[in-house]
Amino acid sequence: MEEREVRELKAFAVQIRMAAIEAIHSIGSGHIGGALSIADVLAVLYGREMDIDPADPRKPDRDKLVCSKGHAGPAVYGTLALKGYFPYEELKTLNHPGTRLPSHCDRNKTPGVDMTTGSLGQGTSLACGMAMGDKLRGYKSRTFLIVGDGESDEGQVWEACSFAAAKGLDNLVLLLDWNKKQLDGWADDVYPMGDYVAKFESFGFDTVLVNGNDVSALAAALERTREGKGKPFAIVMDTVKGFGVQEVADTVMNHSLPVSDEQYERWTAQLKAELAELEG
Amino acid sequence: MEIVYNGELDPRLCKAVLGEEIPAILEEDPNVVYLDADLMACIGTGKYAKNNPARAIDCGIAEANMVGVACGLASAGFKPIVHTFGPFASRRCFDQVFLSAGYAKNDITVIGTDPGVTATMNGGTHMPFEDMALYRTIPTATVIDVTDPNCLKSVLRQCVDRPGVKYIRVGRKQYAKVYADGSDLPIGKAVTLREGSDIVLFASGIMVHEAMKAAETLAQEGIQAAVVDCFTVKPLDAEAVESWARKTGAAVVCENHSRHGGLYSAVLEVLAEKCPVPAACVAVEDEFGEVGPQGYLQERFGLTAEHVVSQAKAVLARKG
Repeated sequence: MEEREVRELKAFAVQIRMAAIEAIHSIGSGHIGGALSIADVLAVLYGREMDIDPADPRKPDRDKLVCSKGHAGPAVYGTLALKGYFPYEELKTLNHPGTRLPSHCDRNKTPGVDMTTGSLGQGTSLACGMAMGDKLRGYKSRTFLIVGDGESDEGQVWEACSFAAAKGLDNLVLLLDWNKKQLDGWADDVYPMGDYVAKFESFGFDTVLVNGNDVSALAAALERTREGKGKPFAIVMDTVKGFGVQEVADTVMNHSLPVSDEQYERWTAQLKAELAELEG
Repeated sequence: MEIVYNGELDPRLCKAVLGEEIPAILEEDPNVVYLDADLMACIGTGKYAKNNPARAIDCGIAEANMVGVACGLASAGFKPIVHTFGPFASRRCFDQVFLSAGYAKNDITVIGTDPGVTATMNGGTHMPFEDMALYRTIPTATVIDVTDPNCLKSVLRQCVDRPGVKYIRVGRKQYAKVYADGSDLPIGKAVTLREGSDIVLFASGIMVHEAMKAAETLAQEGIQAAVVDCFTVKPLDAEAVESWARKTGAAVVCENHSRHGGLYSAVLEVLAEKCPVPAACVAVEDEFGEVGPQGYLQERFGLTAEHVVSQAKAVLARKG
């Protein structure tokens, strides 16, 4: 990938963070930690990897995203707004009465959201069905499935993984947001899950471990998934929960946090400076 | 639609009907997919699936995942039929049906076999007395308690193309024949099987047969009981319920299900608002299931014509 494209994707990730913070600040608090940790992968997916058309969000043979950790909605909405699926200003309606942007992703409310999620684990099976549907239709499209590490406590995740491997869903790309934290604190204290790479490999996935906050590493890993070889793909993304806003990253219990006006101004200014540098 | 009830069993097993109908529907409509949780052999679809694994998908013993996969396929425009035993088609995957299907508007048809006492030798763990109660709470869901093989054929084809979550509960064995071959039974429309002026018996599933036998016994004692087949438990035919309650002034509700949340509850919800009349039920009390032959279980849980007769008389005594 050329240096220019790397800078563009990094800038897109910063913009996604700004958009997510904009949305969460509008309602005063929200799931900020896990939204920030997946900004980079969203930037690479929507900025480079996915075959999509914001003017035709339901195009049947598009690539699809299932954000199974549905509470990361603000990051997804930020990405979609920046891609032009709906007006950027609408981000400020997050969780307000009558909004099209609820806490958890809803395919019937938000243009560009491909699947409804929220009850953890369920998105994994849904993504399997979507990938299978694309195969039945003869489409070349891929389904990208973002799963939280805390979410993977859910048994349904592993039911879906065994299904994906059993049925050879090589158009399914599971992206594990291994940010090492869940609502109650450090994941290894709350509910240690062991070695994710070994787990996915043993389930029959083509598995890689990457720095999930590095757009170059993510782009390289995603490029490998363009041609299926009979196995589903897993990309274990080593991420930091709250990445991109140091104050959030430094807060251990950062699953859901209030965002004050002062924090909003300060964090937005920091991100703007970062963006200016990248675009400089 | 033609009523041909004469008290005799339809010679066909419902599992054979499913084993013929599901492959037939798959052949007719390329958008239909069929998913099962390792119970294809129980309804005779295994052979078809072996030759057509792309659209007849064995998901293994993982019902929650199966429902999710079905919903993902629905989002791609497919019309999934999902089958497993009743308890696993309801309790085991309820949140998945509620959210991935209902809330997310991924339309699926779920067939739960061997409801209530028809689970017989599989016993209490496999004996759902609460499946209709669960499904009734899903907004806009359709809940069907099958009357006989011809009812099954009719509702299955309607459900495949009907929006929302559709739940069909059906025993795999024999039912009393109620409807003629080729009968069309529109979902949402109750069927009056027998006219009567003293009391109405609302029934569904295997209890239709018991209610018809009970009506005959009551007639011999000079009590004219109407029998209404409420195979669509949701959306209940509220007009028929109200109209029969007005005509007769007394009601007994008969179902192979808990008295909580099923047909009895659905009927009472209508009666309370539209036409309060003395009512009672022949249903499973607040109990879990147990193992045994169906005849024993029907006696054990009071799901018999004799109990319908005694409940009818008790209600008539309150009618005043």
